[in-house]
Amino acid sequence: MYFLYQKQFKYIDCILFRQNNLIFKVDKMNKENIIEVNELNKSYGKLQVLKDVNFSVKKKSIFAFLGPNGAGKSTTIKILTTILQPDTGKVLINGNNPLKDSDKVRKDFGIVFQDPSVDEELTAYENLDMHGIFYRVPKNERKKRIEELMKIVELWDRKDELVKNFSGGMKRRLEIARGLLHYPKVLFLDEPTVGLDPQTRNHIWDYIKKVNKREGTTIFFTTHYMDEAEKYADSIAIIDHGKIIDIGTSKELIKKTKTKTLEEAFIKITGYSIRDEEASTLDRMRMMRRRH
Amino acid sequence: MNTIGILWLRQIKRHYRSKARLIGSFSMPLLFLLAFGFGFGSIYAQAGQGDYFQFLVPGIISMTILFTSVMSGIEIIWDRQFGFLKETLVAPVSRLEIMIGRTLGGATVAFAQGFLFLILSLFFGFRIISWTMLPIALLFMLLIAIFFAALGTAIASLLDDMQGFQLIMNFLIMPIFFLSGAMFPIDTAPKAIQIISKFNPLSYGVSGIRNSLLGVSQGNIWFNLIILFILAIVMLVIGSKLFSKMQV
Repeated sequence: MYFLYQKQFKYIDCILFRQNNLIFKVDKMNKENIIEVNELNKSYGKLQVLKDVNFSVKKKSIFAFLGPNGAGKSTTIKILTTILQPDTGKVLINGNNPLKDSDKVRKDFGIVFQDPSVDEELTAYENLDMHGIFYRVPKNERKKRIEELMKIVELWDRKDELVKNFSGGMKRRLEIARGLLHYPKVLFLDEPTVGLDPQTRNHIWDYIKKVNKREGTTIFFTTHYMDEAEKYADSIAIIDHGKIIDIGTSKELIKKTKTKTLEEAFIKITGYSIRDEEASTLDRMRMMRRRH
Repeated sequence: MNTIGILWLRQIKRHYRSKARLIGSFSMPLLFLLAFGFGFGSIYAQAGQGDYFQFLVPGIISMTILFTSVMSGIEIIWDRQFGFLKETLVAPVSRLEIMIGRTLGGATVAFAQGFLFLILSLFFGFRIISWTMLPIALLFMLLIAIFFAALGTAIASLLDDMQGFQLIMNFLIMPIFFLSGAMFPIDTAPKAIQIISKFNPLSYGVSGIRNSLLGVSQGNIWFNLIILFILAIVMLVIGSKLFSKMQV
């Protein structure tokens, strides 16, 4: 029944779909959406990590992608950022398909990975300059932009220092500046504040909000700090066991679960049990993939 | 500047900023040159073979280039561990550009090391007999550097951590060095070694550098040059194929 339902609507202007007795509406090719994900499936061997994942992200919004460990967050980000191929499903980023037009998509997003990815033996400035060259930002433009961004993340006075002398927080700030250098339409942040002290976390969120306001960059982030999602996200999607369980604003989620905070709502939605098993299986799969 | 250019420059900056790497890439060849050159020199002369030091310098130059270029290719494993590889792989640039930029950067560093070593050896008494053939010798050095940097890239694309690295050094790089004619003349060695050296890319380089610097006109300089040129191109192709298949 549900499939028929979907097929009928797929070619009109929106898709209705059901998951866990909730009906979501995803507008098809909506000009207001910068990211659209339809019926995404991905398995590593026998382990299905994404099951019919659907969601969309509005332009210029701040979108939080939440879920326990091993829920499928990183896999989704990898697919959105052209690193991984999905088994089935459709993804559009700014109207382009990451599989077919990977270079177009790559120009449209910036990413801050969970683990550092800067060249530690180059200076901060050299790292940004190299990034600008990869993305073909013209020389004069590059110079101005690097100065602008390094001032925003408060690293301009240390631009000529080698990155290996930087602290974890400084590296993260540098990576945020780097992710924004080529004027991306979307910035992916995979746990941008993990392992940082509250002061640095606050500063990082100040920069992110500033850029979101000033340049209209859409922010797509994952985090385990529910207070961050509650405070900063315009819209929140919760994923667990490879399925989207709920989408809404933090107020809506709190109201729906009759709880007081997003953290309580999150735990109510995803359950109390610890997810070590899923995570380690996934990690094992990743290790196996690397070996081959 | 484009992607290839900046990655080329990156390899050079990284090499010359790291004092440990710089000293490391000089100390081992220097030790070999002094220990073997002056140690075995007298025995070699007694056997009526002439000046061993003259014979050895081109071999040690090749050794410097071999070690430095393979190491620079293998640095991709470090990039993967430190995460920088991901940054290059999500950028709108092709894997071929990344591979070519890195490999040429590594080859340039290795070539420069070899060239510096050649100059250094002049102070220890090495004499270049045929100055007119010097550019040909340099060309041989460059081709060795490109071939082995590409080989390093290819190996690194297949390895996923540093554990396999020691194995590669012991079972591939050292045999390549010892069976190339860098340390002893191949044509008086046992038949088996002679045959193996025919399949060893480095032996073409060693003999090319030696013959052109010492002005030995054995007529096979041009043949060696062509062989090495083809091998370098083939290795670049293999390296970029393997690199583009690599998973993050």
